[in-house]
Amino acid sequence: MQPILQTEGLTIAFGGHKPVQDVSLNVMPHTFTSIIGPNGAGKTTLFNLLSGQLKPTEGKVWLKGKDITHLSVAKRTRLGLGRSFQITNVFPSLTVLENVRLAVQAQAGVYYSLFASPKKHAHFEKRAIELLETVLLGAKADSLAKNLAHGEKRKLEIAMLLALETEVLLLDEPTAGMSLEEVPSILEVIRRIKEEGNRTILLIEHKMDMVLSFSDRLLVLFNGRLLAEDTPENIMKSELVQTAYLGGLYDDAS
Amino acid sequence: MMLTRRLASSRWWIGLVVLLLIGFPFVSDSRGALILMTQIFIYAVFAMSYDILLGYTGIISFGHAMFFGIGAYTTAIFLHRWDHSLLSFLVSLLAVLVLTGIVSYLIGVMTLRLKSHFYAMLTLAIAGLFLVLAEKWRDVTKGSDGFTFYIPDLLKDRTSLYFVALAFMIIMFFLLKRFTDSPTGKVLQAIRENEQRTESLGYQILHYKIIASMVAGLAAGLSGSMYAITLRFVNTAVFGTNVTLDALLMTIIGGVGTLFGSMLGSALILLVHAGLTDLAKIHWIFERWMIFFGAIYILAVMFFPQGIVGMFRQWRAKWNKG
Repeated sequence: MQPILQTEGLTIAFGGHKPVQDVSLNVMPHTFTSIIGPNGAGKTTLFNLLSGQLKPTEGKVWLKGKDITHLSVAKRTRLGLGRSFQITNVFPSLTVLENVRLAVQAQAGVYYSLFASPKKHAHFEKRAIELLETVLLGAKADSLAKNLAHGEKRKLEIAMLLALETEVLLLDEPTAGMSLEEVPSILEVIRRIKEEGNRTILLIEHKMDMVLSFSDRLLVLFNGRLLAEDTPENIMKSELVQTAYLGGLYDDAS
Repeated sequence: MMLTRRLASSRWWIGLVVLLLIGFPFVSDSRGALILMTQIFIYAVFAMSYDILLGYTGIISFGHAMFFGIGAYTTAIFLHRWDHSLLSFLVSLLAVLVLTGIVSYLIGVMTLRLKSHFYAMLTLAIAGLFLVLAEKWRDVTKGSDGFTFYIPDLLKDRTSLYFVALAFMIIMFFLLKRFTDSPTGKVLQAIRENEQRTESLGYQILHYKIIASMVAGLAAGLSGSMYAITLRFVNTAVFGTNVTLDALLMTIIGGVGTLFGSMLGSALILLVHAGLTDLAKIHWIFERWMIFFGAIYILAVMFFPQGIVGMFRQWRAKWNKG
């Protein structure tokens, strides 16, 4: 089978600093891959390179066999690569419903409908409400996004991502900054998406226990380099990874 | 439920205001008041067009007067050079749409790639270029003196011009309302809120900014034509930065992001302006009405940045809660 997402020699340099260096990976369709690594390992930067927020200095990215290295964020989304953000990234002064509705509208490909009556697109709203129910936010549909609690914003973020119905989902720490009580419901949402089985998911996560039970593959990033890529069991056994996580490994090369 | 009730009540209000405005010429016999109201309607359209940029898309332009000026000059030149029939007025409107369409498209393409204040400075510069063009192209524009011209007979009567301007405002209001409520209009608001997020949903920001620029440019151009008709005279003042600043003031005082606020702002600013000019007989300071507008502007930005409509909405939200 052909990998759905593929990179080769992906590198980005900010002056002399290289947050991501020579990363080559193959992600198979319908798999769940988790990316782990200590703070500053380049996980989010890698996501930024995949989703197009940053352009690599060297290397290439392929989505479904198509070279997307030079495509804009919007075009990558339309091709089927959606992402959520670690730092909550919603439309603060719009309602929760409107936030999701915009994502649904984007997915439906209604980009330039200048004078259409809002009634014509009422089904967008219905779909948006369904998605809000999925992430357990149904009751908050009419609140402004800026008035949501942090955990609720994260759920909103996921609802917006789901609305795009992209084949590849990049989830950047969906549980970041959430209170412990809120975490299980997000896990539940992610489990549901995984069980549908038609998405390819890449996840950045610090909560290792959660990552293990979900993942088909683990990627370990360390100082911008891909340290290991294997099944969760093998990774946990790997001495190299253990030392990296315990902080015994120092970067003396660069 | 609540939303529909609110909608119904706001429709009722709009209906009442429109009725009052239709009745106004039959009650008032002051020519001055009629002209003032006509200008309020026209400026309301201009302010609404500016609000599409400022309030809905979050783009700050300092050169919006260029579209107003293009509209005013195009109509004036058509009526002056050709004849002053209704036909040539209508053809001039078409020409205005074409010209402002092209210019606003080019502005959109060239400058919307720039971030906020760079864009603002560039629009200021381009509007300045149009001002210079109007001053130097003396064969056509008669330089900074400007020229008078005849208008179609139908519009000569101040009362019928009043109704035309009122209809113009109402039609433009509904068109722009429809536009801002449309899927595309919603994307504009998303861009205002969070440009980067909008892009990662798959919307191509530049296209939307061009659309916003064009809709605002077209509407402003039409308002410029109407403005020239009310004055029966045009000079380089229509390209002045003051014109843009008036629109800025009107939208901010009335409430950004609400078309209704722009209309309210237009009425308020022009009424206060007229009032202050009248007071000039009492004391010379009132002649310098800009001083007062400056003060109002600072106070508005400091104490009610949401504008009149925004403040009213806040009160209502509190009222509904408590």
